[in-house]
Amino acid sequence: MLIYTLKRLLYVLPVAFGVSVVCFLLVHITPGDPLTAVMPIDASAEQQAAMRAAYGFDKPLPVQYVIWLGKVMIGDLGTSIASGRAVLTEVSRAVSNTLILSAVATAIGFFFGCLFGFVAGYYRGSPVDRLASALSVLGVSVPHYWLGMVLVIIFSVQLNWLPATGAGPGGSADWAWNWDHIRHLILPAITMSVIPMGVIARTIRALVAEILSQEFIQALAAKGMTDRGIFRHVVKNTAPTALAVMGLQLGYLLGGSILIETVFSWPGTGFLLNAAIFQRDLPLLQGTILVLAMFFVLLNLLVDVLQTALDPRIQRS
Amino acid sequence: MAVGAMDSRATITPIQVSEGYWRGVARRLSRDPVAMVALAIIVALVLMAVFAPYLAPGDPIKGSMLRRLKPIGTPGYPLGADELGRDMLSRLIYGARLSLFMGVTPVLAAFALGSALGIFAGYVGGAINTAIMRTIDVFYAFPSVLLAVALSGALGAGLTNALVSLTIVFIPPITRVAESVTTQVRNRDYVEAARASGAHGFTIVRVHVLGNVLSPIFVYATSLISVSMILASGLSFLGLGVRPPEPEWGLMLNTLRTAIYVSPLVAALPGVMIFITSISFNLFSDGLRTAMDVRT
Repeated sequence: MLIYTLKRLLYVLPVAFGVSVVCFLLVHITPGDPLTAVMPIDASAEQQAAMRAAYGFDKPLPVQYVIWLGKVMIGDLGTSIASGRAVLTEVSRAVSNTLILSAVATAIGFFFGCLFGFVAGYYRGSPVDRLASALSVLGVSVPHYWLGMVLVIIFSVQLNWLPATGAGPGGSADWAWNWDHIRHLILPAITMSVIPMGVIARTIRALVAEILSQEFIQALAAKGMTDRGIFRHVVKNTAPTALAVMGLQLGYLLGGSILIETVFSWPGTGFLLNAAIFQRDLPLLQGTILVLAMFFVLLNLLVDVLQTALDPRIQRS
Repeated sequence: MAVGAMDSRATITPIQVSEGYWRGVARRLSRDPVAMVALAIIVALVLMAVFAPYLAPGDPIKGSMLRRLKPIGTPGYPLGADELGRDMLSRLIYGARLSLFMGVTPVLAAFALGSALGIFAGYVGGAINTAIMRTIDVFYAFPSVLLAVALSGALGAGLTNALVSLTIVFIPPITRVAESVTTQVRNRDYVEAARASGAHGFTIVRVHVLGNVLSPIFVYATSLISVSMILASGLSFLGLGVRPPEPEWGLMLNTLRTAIYVSPLVAALPGVMIFITSISFNLFSDGLRTAMDVRT
């Protein structure tokens, strides 16, 4: 187990290196350099050159990359061009908000996904199965930013039950676990949970149906095991895959929260990315994407290791 | 008695001529009501996009300040008017053009490029395969929405940049599927036999590999169209794709977002179109997968 974990860690390193290269190059695929967009129009050629030298944009790309990576390693993601604050400060505040939203959404999606998946898998071909399957197809096909708008129209505009935007009273961006804040979380979290719900329900349904058709289930039933006992075996056999899918979904939500955060003005990484893109704040864009991608890489690693711990068969194959 | 019945049946059974593969697929698909309804909707949407100028009752771009946010059912404006007084029905019909184009093109481009890359990697194997697949792994390390937003955010807003970003997003998954099925086919006996009888590498790929790997890759690619539709409209929704005043469903949702307090039903309409399109592609792709009996 320890050796497997170390092996996986070694495998993650080149991927993490590649991700850092992509994030670094992201800033350089833009026409001009990152300063062009923010440079005053009347800046003289010397001023422009001085500015470039100050930010290190006059050096060759590989050299810039090594310098940049060295800084990233010690937690220096640069300075936001628009706000003048450290990118790391801005990102870490936003990440915690996005994490809360995605984690709650994943939990809701996991619960209902498992529920629908188990019911559909157990009663295959029945009306319940068809309903659960239809719900999961709807879940993966719905444009979630639109669903968010519809929920706002129903619960904020028409019924006036829940707030439409923000993460707290008075547009506060700092999260706290009290009703005033949780009220703001309900609509975005439900909107976001629809995607993992659909994916998890689909996976579980297929898994449960496959497990139920295996011989060991018949053997257990023949030996007189109760339905509850058999159910426990089914759950145990679905758990590794279900947890793996859930982990990946959390990662997708973390990275893909931008659309929902835009709809609900949720002060997370998506909101930050949006601002960074439209203010052409490339260091902020680069830093946010790097942090989110690294989160995803680590989450993948964690899921793999956990899955192997739960199901030793994976390690052997 | 029983023996006699069996005998007579055995003598009259004619030799079954097996039907062609595609004919079988079409037959199975036509018996799947869900897939057929989905296909009908897709065809209707495509026709709507092609014949938009004949179908739309009004101009999709020209507005009138006097008719801003007219509700659904206003005479002359059956689906209401948007925030600039433009006819919603006409904009939704014209919107099919850009929305379908933006959703389908990246998948087609990624299907061509990703299959080529994956089949090449799978067929040559060895160090080249490792190099290609490890590079693909790096792009896999980004959640798809994040990668699409990052690329089009860095490249700058616009239709072409959005299409390029989405194509880059869909190349890695297609390459992975293509590589894995090609690796399986490469080790089959008939490929070995072709190689032993002196067939050229290119000939083997063309004759023996392509025919066996393209259908699973194609089925997989069709399952991506639904995601692509949502992502493409999502980019426009963020202001990164199509620019105003062009009619595109995602962009229309974005500009109507501020109108939800005044005219909520009209504001939600473009999303309904995205939803219908995405679910139709999803269901058709599911049907196709079953009919072609592909497991990926």
